[in-house]
Order: sequence, then structure tokens, then C-alpha cells
Amino acid sequence: MPDPVSSSLNRILAMLVRYTFLLRNSWPRLIELAYWPTMQMILWGFINQFLVQQSAWLAQAAGLFISAVLLWDVLFRGQLGVSIVFFEEMYSRNLGHLFVSPLRPWELIVSLLTISFIRTVIGVGAAALLAIVFYEYSIFDMGLSLVAFFANLLVMSWAIGLMVIAIVLRYGLGAEGLAWAVIFAVAPVSGIYYPVSVLPDWLQPVAWSLPSSHVFEGMRRVLIDGVFDWTLFRNAVALNVIYLAIGVATFLRVFHIARVKGLLLNAGD
Amino acid sequence: MSSITLCGDPVPDPETKNYHNPTARAAEPSLNTASSSPVIEVQDLGKRFGRVNAVDGIDFQVLQGSVTGLLGGNGAGKTTTIAMLLGLLLPSRGRIRVLGEDMLRHRYRVLDRLNFTSPYVDLPGRLSVAENLNVYGRLYGVPARRQCIAELAEELDFAPLLKRPYRTLSAGQKTRVAIAKALLNRPEVLFLDEPTASLDPDTADRMRHYLLDYRQRHATTLFMASHNMAEVERMCDRVILMREGRIVDQGSPVELIARYGQADLEAVFLTVARNGREAIRA
Repeated sequence: MPDPVSSSLNRILAMLVRYTFLLRNSWPRLIELAYWPTMQMILWGFINQFLVQQSAWLAQAAGLFISAVLLWDVLFRGQLGVSIVFFEEMYSRNLGHLFVSPLRPWELIVSLLTISFIRTVIGVGAAALLAIVFYEYSIFDMGLSLVAFFANLLVMSWAIGLMVIAIVLRYGLGAEGLAWAVIFAVAPVSGIYYPVSVLPDWLQPVAWSLPSSHVFEGMRRVLIDGVFDWTLFRNAVALNVIYLAIGVATFLRVFHIARVKGLLLNAGD
Repeated sequence: MSSITLCGDPVPDPETKNYHNPTARAAEPSLNTASSSPVIEVQDLGKRFGRVNAVDGIDFQVLQGSVTGLLGGNGAGKTTTIAMLLGLLLPSRGRIRVLGEDMLRHRYRVLDRLNFTSPYVDLPGRLSVAENLNVYGRLYGVPARRQCIAELAEELDFAPLLKRPYRTLSAGQKTRVAIAKALLNRPEVLFLDEPTASLDPDTADRMRHYLLDYRQRHATTLFMASHNMAEVERMCDRVILMREGRIVDQGSPVELIARYGQADLEAVFLTVARNGREAIRA
């Protein structure tokens, strides 16, 4: 009788192998992983260089915009890493085969989150390394703070990604545009390039309800004041626990609905 | 004469097997390997989609090692029934036991002992044939995966295609690969939804021979939905006739043909499809 834990790990590994094959077989997909983060980084790098010359405040933290855009891409790419990879199963009408196999829904979730991590590290990591070459700015100088910011943004991206795939599983691939659109709804209130205090009073509670706002405020504290703000970090972690729980619960609930409505056989049509 | 193994099991020389001899006839259903123990038990199974009763309180049993055909026209409830048996679809009512397990509560206890193929689901087209089978071999925890894939590819005559992207295969080639995927874990119960749909007559005939031969060798229970009457007549020990979500009749092909006073199963099907059970000849 095989050990249930190792059987689970083998199935998760099987899905990771499946997604690795997908990336390996398509060089445009591999390039695309790093292309957009790099383009964003180059654009914001020039903006950053220009503004540093104009502003004494910005001059204190030369890489502020580059750090912001790279961390924003963690949120964006992390979410796409979950949703686009799941859509691949729907495009290929493979869900029926997957869920007749011993693969559990939570094992699929773990594999999606893991591949999202790998894709994000490849994509944003490449752009971060190129920032050193182009602008002599290393986001890695933030050290452990960067790990905290990266982890929090990645977890938030997973939560949003799981909600997006739940919606697409429920309503079909016609809703796949959400994968690109949803994340931009949180961008204006995440304080990516400006402090939350810039927002109107009525909008600030909305901003503070997002883990991302705490991360970007924390990033500015590190880059401008040289201080890691533990309160902001704790708030981000606490919110992420709630967000991820909602994301997982939403996906599992919709998976159940999909079994009631017969969507697993028709997914992709 | 070399002998080959199928996922570790010795099997007859390929030259003597029906699959490699397209002129041979399929094994007769009379070569009955069915035992008396049911591997599928269905009681009062029903599924409603809104106001539509897709399946309406059906009961049946499938014996171990048998080949059972679910026969019916479009919308009769065949695919819905198979999806419920596999747990892809939750029934509105009723009870399903497969290999002794309640599929509504403990399906994960038996999923590694079942497998399935259907024209309504596909494999990832961007992966090669070997990659697809590798992934599913891992999902089912198949030991000696590479050897097993190589043997199935040889058996089903697609070894030269292993490195080809799945999307570039013809319909017949895809069907053979899908059947290989369904046999990777050497299932005790194999669910086949229209297994030869979209195949040319030659390839369809080869598949039927292969599946019957496989069933003989491994005592696998085959449960298939089809509206290919000739296929069902040739392959099945037992036929369940469905119409508008209900079981209209069931029995062996010979029994059904005699009961309705028709020349073949196709004529029985047409009669039942148009008139229901009232069509039984007095």
C-alpha cells in the first residue's frame, strides 16, 4: 500500500512535470515570462532616472520606481502563473482526464501555486538582474526585506489567481479576460508608485484592506527611511491568510458546483 | 518468436493478436470472462439539470470481467451516466458503488483502479505523446513507467509517434494514444465513451479487437457507451438500452434481438428509440 503522503507528492510532481514540459516545448512562452517584466523595468527605470534629477525626495531612494515595478510584477505574474496555467487545462479539454485520475483538487492547487512561484522567479528575476546591468540598481540589496515583500505579494497573487480560475471554471473561457483585468483593479489602490495617503480619505480604508498596500508602504519605508516596518509586515501577512483562505475556499466551492453542473466534461467548449 | 510484456505482464506474441491481424474477427462475446460479483452497482440513479431529467432513476449492475454496453440515441443519458459513475458529475439522487466503494463518498479510494477515455475530453496538444503518457503514468503511480509506455506504444502501434506533439496526430492516432492513457494503470474497470467515434472502419475494427483481447488477458471490466450498434453487438456480453434518461431494457444482444423480433441490434435500437418498450413483440 503506497504511503498517502508520497503518493500525493508524486501527483503534485506529475503536474509540475506537465507544466515544465509545456514551458520547455514553447520558447515563445519562456521568453514571454521575462519579456513584460523587463520592458516595464526599462520604462520605469528611465522615468526613475529623470525624476531623480528633478526631485530631492526621490533622489534619496534612487531605485524606488524600479523596485515598485518589479514588485508589482510579482503580483501580476504570480496571478497569471496560477490562472494561465489552469486555462491550459481548459484549452486542451483535459480536466475530465485529470479529475478521473487520483489527482485531488488540493493537489492541483498546490501544483498551480508552485508553478506560479517558479514562473514568477524566472520572469521577475530576469528583469531584476537586467536592472543591475541597465541602471546599476539591485533590488537584491533590500536583502531579507525583499523576501518578505516577495512572499506577501506572491501569496496575494495566488489568492486572486484562485478566485479568477474559479470564476472561469464556473462561467467558461469567455471570462478568461478577467485573468488580465482583475489585477489592475487593485493597482490604483495598492500604493505601488505613491503613498496610500495620496488617495482620497474614503478610498484609503479600501487600500489598507489589501495586503499589497502594506507591502508597497513597507518597501518605501525600507528604501527611503532604511527601516523594516514590522507592523506593515504583520498586517500584510494577516490579510494574506484571509485572502488565501477565501481563494482556496472559492476554488473548492466552484469545483463542487462544477461537479453538480457537469462543467468538468464541458470545460473548454 | 519473441514475447512482449504489457506493463510488466506477459502477453501473447503480437503477431498472433487480433490487433495486428486486421482480417481476424473480434473475439466473440461468448468468450465470457465475467464473474458473478458486481463491480458496478447503481441504484435509483438520477440527474436533473434544471427542468430536464437527464437520467431518471436507473438501476443496474455490471459484473466483473464483463463487457457492458450503454446504448441510446443522442440525449439518452449515456455520457451523463458515465460521468456520474466516474464522479465527474454529482447525481441528484441515487447510489453508485464501484469496486465496492461508494463513489459519492470515497471515490478517491478506487480512482487509481479505474480509467476512462472519451471523445469529449482530450490530452494537452502541446505536449508530445510520450510526455502526455509520462504525466498520466506519474498521476496513476505506474511503476516502470517508461517501459510501460514503450510496451503500450508497441501494442497499439504508435511507437513512431511518441515524440510527436499530440495535436499533430490524426483522429485515429489520438484515439490509440487516449486508449493507451486509459490502460496505463492497468484498470480493473475501463470506462469507454464512444471509443471508436470518428475512427475509420479499419482503425475502429482494430481498436475493438485490441480492447477485447486486453479484456481477455486482464479480466478487465469494460463499460462502454456507444451508438454504434454493430460495435456493441460484437463486443458486449450485455446491453443496457436507454431512452430519455431511463433504462428501457437490458440483456445480451442475442436476447434483445430475439425479444424484439428483429434481425440485429440496430433494428432493436431503432424500434426502441421510436416506440420504447412497447415495441416488444407480443
